[in-house]
Amino acid sequence: MTETTDTGNDDSKRRFAGVAIAMSEVDAWFAREVLPLEAVLMQFLRHNWRNKDEIPDLLQDIYVRVYEAALKQIPEAAKSFVFQTARNLIISRVRHQQVVSIEAVADLEVLSIASEEPGPDRRVGARDELRRLQAALDKLPRRAREAFMLRQIEGLSRREIAARMGVSEKTVRWHLNEGLRVLADAFYSEPRHLKG
Amino acid sequence: MSNPVSENRASASEIHAAASDWVVERNTNDAWGADEQTELDAWLAQSIAHRVAYVRFEDAWARSRRLAALGRSSRTQAVLETLRNLRPLVFRVAAAFVYAAIMGGVIYYFLRPTSNAQTFATPLGGHETVILADGSQIELNTDTVLRISETQNERDVALEKGEAFFRVKHNPNRLFVVTAGTRRIVDIGTQFVVRNEADKLKVTLLEGSVSFDSGAQKATLTSGDVLVATAGSVSLIRKSPQRLSDELAWRQGLVVLQHTTLAAAAAEFNRYNREKIVIADPAVGELAISGTLPANNPDEFARVAQSFFRLRVGHQGGAIVISR
Repeated sequence: MTETTDTGNDDSKRRFAGVAIAMSEVDAWFAREVLPLEAVLMQFLRHNWRNKDEIPDLLQDIYVRVYEAALKQIPEAAKSFVFQTARNLIISRVRHQQVVSIEAVADLEVLSIASEEPGPDRRVGARDELRRLQAALDKLPRRAREAFMLRQIEGLSRREIAARMGVSEKTVRWHLNEGLRVLADAFYSEPRHLKG
Repeated sequence: MSNPVSENRASASEIHAAASDWVVERNTNDAWGADEQTELDAWLAQSIAHRVAYVRFEDAWARSRRLAALGRSSRTQAVLETLRNLRPLVFRVAAAFVYAAIMGGVIYYFLRPTSNAQTFATPLGGHETVILADGSQIELNTDTVLRISETQNERDVALEKGEAFFRVKHNPNRLFVVTAGTRRIVDIGTQFVVRNEADKLKVTLLEGSVSFDSGAQKATLTSGDVLVATAGSVSLIRKSPQRLSDELAWRQGLVVLQHTTLAAAAAEFNRYNREKIVIADPAVGELAISGTLPANNPDEFARVAQSFFRLRVGHQGGAIVISR
């Protein structure tokens, strides 16, 4: 998980100058400790934020705050830190709103206790991970799935994929982009149903 | 906060689309070079929101790549291969078969019509399929013993213990009868499951119908019916197709939990495994959980329960002990 650059193409991440070395460390921490909390965090936000359309932006703001803090010093307990940040952000937003949701306040109390406890064990078996990937791939539109699998499993280049699928490279790029977004949501955002 | 709020004005979904595209570009553009990298660095430097989104997609990319490598190196590659060629529904069915093959270790037996009574047994965690000469199929779940005898007029299966799924080629001239102790289940063209436990017998009808006869009580079951017979009573309820298919999850080597208490779930896993799960605290046993798990992996169940409810899991004398 700490390796976000094992794609074999290059090690450009390590080529970021100056501050980038520190950032890369934060990147790794963020991927390892924070991203796995996304599903729970989303659940929390959905429960406590009335306007569902605002949730993606809210999540982004939380991530930004967490990341910024980590640039100064990487928090020891990621989970309580992330939820503390979420809580603070919601409270400050709620203060600016006319209507305060009672359940939001109630839940925040619960959260402040819950986040003190040790985090869930995130080690997931390989088969489980694979099942998750399969389920996620299953959700992709057919063409995006095809492009994604030709790349990630067959290891074909973009040009080869374009030739195989009879489309332009630009279309392949577009499919891969679409595929990656759906997969990322499946990996991080969706509640961990054990069902693949 | 060192960042002005206005920096985050671009919507999260716009930033996500851009970040995802950057990750795809960096990983798949054969012409990626210093110029592209500079451009990416500049984009990343514009805002922390950009950077965070980028990290997220880069991680997802690497993760799918790792998993793909994993799939290639294992038998599950067959599932991926199938996926590549088939449409989703077909894929799911095919994947279920492959999975059954991996988890269950399906073994086929062929019986001659002339053969005398033959006994079949599965060990703890076992799963076997018996195919009769007429094409009827019997799948034995874990820790099951049954005896098959075939005569001119009758195919008789005595389920001594355990659970079996029957897919019967109906023949009005040659009855298919499942007996469990003194109880008889006679097929009338059908698929059904019989589970014979110490204190109760359960018959689940998937398709067609069967007649049930315990001597004292008689009933005809049609598809969706679940009959439970104990020493003193017989009850009949109807289940939804979804619940029925959950009851058959063992055929894929899985256990499906639907708001199942940990106590009941532990009992279910214990049917399949030598290493028993012990719930040390009755209050913990009352906690309910939903999900689908491999039947042969009690450790995974323990891990899930642990992380879900923040419980303690320990190993004592060959048992997995779950407590507060």
